Amino acid sequence: MRIDLEPRAGRSRIAEWVAPVGALIAAMLIGGLLVAALGKSPVQAFFVYFVDPLTEAWSLQELAVKATPLVMIAVGLSFCFRANLWNIGAEGQFIIGGAMGGWIALLTHDGVGQSVLGSWWIVPAMLAFGAFCGLLYALIPALLRVWLGVSEILTSLMLVYIAQLFLDYMVRGPWRDPKGFNFPVTVNFDPVATLPMLAPGGRLHAGVALALIVALAAALVMARSLFGYEVRLVGSAPRAARFAGFSESKLTLAVFAISGALAGLAGICEVAGQIGQLQPSISPGYGFTAIIVAFLGRLSPIGILVAGLVLALTYIGGESAQVTMKLPFYLTGAFQGLLLMCVLAADVFTRYRLVIQTGRRA
Amino acid sequence: MNVQIIELVLVTIVTAATPLIIASVGELVVERAGVLNLGVEGMMIAGAAIGFAVAFLTGSTFLGALAAIAAGMFMSLLFGILAVGLAANQVASGLALTILGLGSAGLAGASFVGQKRESAASLYIPGLSDLPLVGKLVFGEDMFVYTALALVIAVSWFLNRTRAGLALRAVGENHGSAHALGLPVRRTRMLAVLFGGACAGLAGGYLSLAYTPFWSPGMTAGRGWIALALVVFSSWKPWRLLAGALLFGGATVLQLHAQAASIGLPGQVLSALPYLATILALVVLSLRNRRGSIAPGSLGTPFIPDR
Repeated sequence: MRIDLEPRAGRSRIAEWVAPVGALIAAMLIGGLLVAALGKSPVQAFFVYFVDPLTEAWSLQELAVKATPLVMIAVGLSFCFRANLWNIGAEGQFIIGGAMGGWIALLTHDGVGQSVLGSWWIVPAMLAFGAFCGLLYALIPALLRVWLGVSEILTSLMLVYIAQLFLDYMVRGPWRDPKGFNFPVTVNFDPVATLPMLAPGGRLHAGVALALIVALAAALVMARSLFGYEVRLVGSAPRAARFAGFSESKLTLAVFAISGALAGLAGICEVAGQIGQLQPSISPGYGFTAIIVAFLGRLSPIGILVAGLVLALTYIGGESAQVTMKLPFYLTGAFQGLLLMCVLAADVFTRYRLVIQTGRRA
Repeated sequence: MNVQIIELVLVTIVTAATPLIIASVGELVVERAGVLNLGVEGMMIAGAAIGFAVAFLTGSTFLGALAAIAAGMFMSLLFGILAVGLAANQVASGLALTILGLGSAGLAGASFVGQKRESAASLYIPGLSDLPLVGKLVFGEDMFVYTALALVIAVSWFLNRTRAGLALRAVGENHGSAHALGLPVRRTRMLAVLFGGACAGLAGGYLSLAYTPFWSPGMTAGRGWIALALVVFSSWKPWRLLAGALLFGGATVLQLHAQAASIGLPGQVLSALPYLATILALVVLSLRNRRGSIAPGSLGTPFIPDR
């Protein structure tokens, strides 16, 4: 007996949507087995993870806040992945964006530098500088690849560790709050250096709206612009793209710049909208989870919007499962890995038919 | 500096290099077969967690090492089904394996955090192990170090001197031609992936069974990724792997000693050294190999047999 893959004639639109949903269900079933193996009730875990957070206004807002960085990063990554380039260091670009954008908040703390212009420019400057630094950080692996042919996969990942150590050093050293009882944190940002709230008293900061705008803009660029076409062509038919005269080097730099800038923007939005200060760790692995978001969303900006909410749900559900069911937080990580595997497997089934052959072939 | 200190430094370099050697020699075979498995970090941490758990419960380092190998192979089986069986994207599958490995190792090892056990015993041959300078270095290591060396020799011999090794290289160089010649491309790749998983699992086991006397959730600290970089650095040749790993072991030890001697650099800068060194090594290597790529021809491309 042997198992073969046979290409399907056409890809139906329905399969495009059924595949990720099926993958999600499969991952939930396997995750349920994991929970049972840990001696807990899978049914209860299902409710704590995927239902309860959706029933309260408070946790629905939390969901949008958690999905914000995931969506922003994943939209950027979708450009890279579509072009068959592998920026897996978004976590590092996120941290650099948050740190450098936050630096402006530290510099202008207590009204410094606001005598002439006032304070209206601080938040825009933080966002712009955060995105810019994320962009520069992402250009390191891109330039090494274009100039020297160094694998962007390994360099972008190594830069994550370096970014983490950089932030750790800064908040323990030069940026530490002198009145902070030696805790490794910076001062709390002034109100003029934090993102405004969308509704008074709520949890939704302006970054949530920004993520929505980013996804919609990316959907337009991907579907309607020459650049979007270039990205898709280089990824699916590199030879054809070369004959068409598209420059692979320029495209590499462009998609890395986009994904780095968006990861940096996500970083500064998280710092200025959610945390309100800098601390040794500003991300529970958003940069890596965003890779899953990108694939679950089938590398399309609108799909990513939905997928970002699903993965945000696993973060919030994971936190409450830790409290109410004493389930280790690592379960969330294991589930996220499982989910990506199921998504990749399901994707194969939309493109190929599984043929099981018995007996010998001629 | 007296002889004893030199010996101590050399011994620590070897122990720091050992997990890198074991993990990267496995990945080298996988990549020579044309498969890029980015999940080394995930397989390593799974091996470290399961290896420690079994060794702690049974009291046997040997059983722990076997369990670490089994854990790594199980993880690589998942990857193999996805990337070889279903021809899914190898980069994404490898990343999924890393995320899954870090999560499930945390789950499996949750109840063992903070536990301590006796590290693996070192070889002791009366007389020989007491020789100055080379005694502990050559005759006084633990079993993992000798296993690492044996693996490099065995893999080098297998790839360059056996028929099966030639077939494996053919599969990695051009899977279309290999398939046309009647070589079993997918079976070869699957076996290579399993071997890589066994090695990564053992490398992880070394960390929790011999390198340190405990298990902690983040203990691989990017070693899996450095092992991947070492494979590139070695130009896919087993012997150069040994040199590269010792170089990195040296960087790690240098960092530890500099931290202890407090030479004025912040600790974070020193901790970043191995990662900076990895980037630098990849850059230097690419400068040396300006003309054409030396990677296996089919590396990273999924294979679907046609009729």
